[in-house]
Amino acid sequence: MTDVPYPDATLHFGVFFQGVNHWTIWSAPESGSQLDPASFRRVAQTAERGLFDAFFLGEGLRLREVDGRIHDLDVAGRPDAITQLSALAAVTDRIGLVSTSNTTFNEPADLARRLSGLDLLSDGRAGWNVVTTDNAWTGENFRRGGFLDHADRYRRAEEFVVAARAIWDGWTADGPQRVQVRSSQFDLDLLPPLPRSAQGHPVIFRAGDSAEGRDFAARHADVIFSAHGNDFDDALAFAQDIRRRLRAAGRPEDDLRILPGTEIIIGATEEEAREKARWVRLQQVTPATALNIAGLVWGFDLSDRDADGPLPTEDPVIAENTGAFGARRVADPRAVVDRWRAESAAHNWSLRETAIALGPQRGHVGTPASLADKFTRFARFGAVHGFNITPYLIPDGLDDIVTLLVPELQERGVYRTSYTGTTLRDHLGLRAPLTRRDPVEQAS
Amino acid sequence: MPNPGLHLAVEIDGDGAHPAASRRADPLAVSRRVRAVAAIAENAGFTLATVDDEPSNSGIGAVERAAFIAAATSTLGIVPTVSTTYTEPFHVSSQLASIDHISVGRAGWLVSESTAAETARAWGRPLVDDTRREARDATRVVRDLWDSWEDDAVVRDVATSRYLDRDRLHYIDFVGETFSVKGPAIVPRSPQGQLVVFAPADLLPPELVDVTLTSETTRAATPLTFTEIEVALSTPQATAGERIAELGPWPERGRLRYAGSADGLVALLTDLAGAVDGVRLHPLVLNEDLAVLSQLVVPALIRGGVAARPIPGASLRTTLGLPRPVSRFQESAR
Repeated sequence: MTDVPYPDATLHFGVFFQGVNHWTIWSAPESGSQLDPASFRRVAQTAERGLFDAFFLGEGLRLREVDGRIHDLDVAGRPDAITQLSALAAVTDRIGLVSTSNTTFNEPADLARRLSGLDLLSDGRAGWNVVTTDNAWTGENFRRGGFLDHADRYRRAEEFVVAARAIWDGWTADGPQRVQVRSSQFDLDLLPPLPRSAQGHPVIFRAGDSAEGRDFAARHADVIFSAHGNDFDDALAFAQDIRRRLRAAGRPEDDLRILPGTEIIIGATEEEAREKARWVRLQQVTPATALNIAGLVWGFDLSDRDADGPLPTEDPVIAENTGAFGARRVADPRAVVDRWRAESAAHNWSLRETAIALGPQRGHVGTPASLADKFTRFARFGAVHGFNITPYLIPDGLDDIVTLLVPELQERGVYRTSYTGTTLRDHLGLRAPLTRRDPVEQAS
Repeated sequence: MPNPGLHLAVEIDGDGAHPAASRRADPLAVSRRVRAVAAIAENAGFTLATVDDEPSNSGIGAVERAAFIAAATSTLGIVPTVSTTYTEPFHVSSQLASIDHISVGRAGWLVSESTAAETARAWGRPLVDDTRREARDATRVVRDLWDSWEDDAVVRDVATSRYLDRDRLHYIDFVGETFSVKGPAIVPRSPQGQLVVFAPADLLPPELVDVTLTSETTRAATPLTFTEIEVALSTPQATAGERIAELGPWPERGRLRYAGSADGLVALLTDLAGAVDGVRLHPLVLNEDLAVLSQLVVPALIRGGVAARPIPGASLRTTLGLPRPVSRFQESAR
């Protein structure tokens, strides 16, 4: 056996209650409410039973549109994240509660206070997934508009995190100390509203794939979400790149947890798992959704075509990106269309079959034992620190992961058998907040 | 009589209405304290609890506390105070609608304005001079966003693969003097359709308000009127007068004030029952006066038929005798 670089590694699981897009199946008899408080409670409590690190909510600031009309095929509509998580703080004891909150359409004094409030109500279990938006389309819902060009969007995000930490750190053993923030985006003067929580301050999460996003995470984040969790080599390359960036930022290379998003489909046998995966894909990619996915590739409305028929014969249209969901076309439509045509012809696939096979590939399919073996390898070779799992069904989609997969992982010694700490920072095995360390150890 | 004479609200922010009340505060952990106070108010039979706030205050924000309380209670109405001066109406609308979903229809909103320069400095904004105009426009936007999804917009139509009926979703296209908001909301229409909107007298045009909070004992031009009363009650240990004297000066806030025995307060509130629809009580020291209110005052009012407990499962609108409004866009669209 080759040397295992991280023989003691353990996996950290989060659950992402997604609330948008076609990955969440709404059409099956077992698909529950996306809004009933009982659904959120059920998923969070199931995750807590499975000793997950975190329950994670996304953010919506404008309903998605395709060709100027509200997109009607997918789950849409969700609660405000920090508000919903504050409610979950009352009905859970240990699991971390992570809110995705935007730096473009919030203000540091307000958001820092809201996150601190969640952190205190949950006795140190809050996390903040820092996201940015740069389009005027979303800004139309906000009093101040909100268009920022790409560079300013990142500058504001970075200065926002610095300001939030200053507010959180401003309540010292001697009580609140006046905080003044003067930066290119902010000019603030306030008394910190709240004392520190049991974990110092909220854990910072960041999704990042671009070089900018990765560097942002390496400088400021405690956890990075990625899309690099399906293929082992791809995940390992991403993890190595992040470790390199951490060192460049003056941080220890184990200072950041890497939690790719994924979907996990479990069957009692490999055959059963594959059948279930097939069912999941057909539920996710309905004929109408297949036509929508193809429409995003081709750049025009294909909703009147036959999803079970052949691919469109027209050339794709290169559309301008207006920031609306439906306007976000693929990078090189001609190349994608060529590939779709080649594969469709080679396999005699319909449009829908092609959309399923060539659309984004997600997740892991297998038996509890085969998945546990695979994930153990991911962990012990340093490719991931865990996964942020999106259930394809609400509210029961975590049940087989908790009852079948978690025990297999525990048997392999790669998953906790009880919570050992009380805070989110404890669960993730993180050091003190970046701004609260010995100056010698602290990042520049 | 379907509705009792008097709806009982209690303000549960912080430590009490007296500035020195924090000297008597119980040093419970914050989450346990929030939960315990809400449980006392709910068990006593109060109609609703308000949670005061201002963006530059210290302490946990009213929205977060209200959401926590919503998940920890089952019949109590929950009404956070949320300012409209610097906050984004889109966020405020989402946060409040979420509390209505979490509480399954027990939420309200007490609209406030931020006039303090401290808040402008904390937000890094120029001081807003016309806070009344901002309150009016922001409240209009928040209410329009609550109406922007019709009740049955989520159709889950498997035959056509449509989760939403987009014809039942509406852009609000609000354009005011200082800002505009497109919509629709990101939160589907909440159980009550519109949360119960409370406002101090004269802050907002009456058509935007369900319940006026006033120091008067006569009705305002809104569906309901609640009178604001600060209360200091005698306890087994000390009379109301002694308790106030011990805390020092108690500045006037333009509310009625009662200091005395529990029986006296019961008599006063019984007299008020015909004149106004409810009262909001502001306890001198939350821990001490809420205990007397819950043990002596509220039970006596309920026993006497002056007040009634909320019925389990009833929305706050139902408890207050307010109708559930149809979306204004639905009316205009059809």
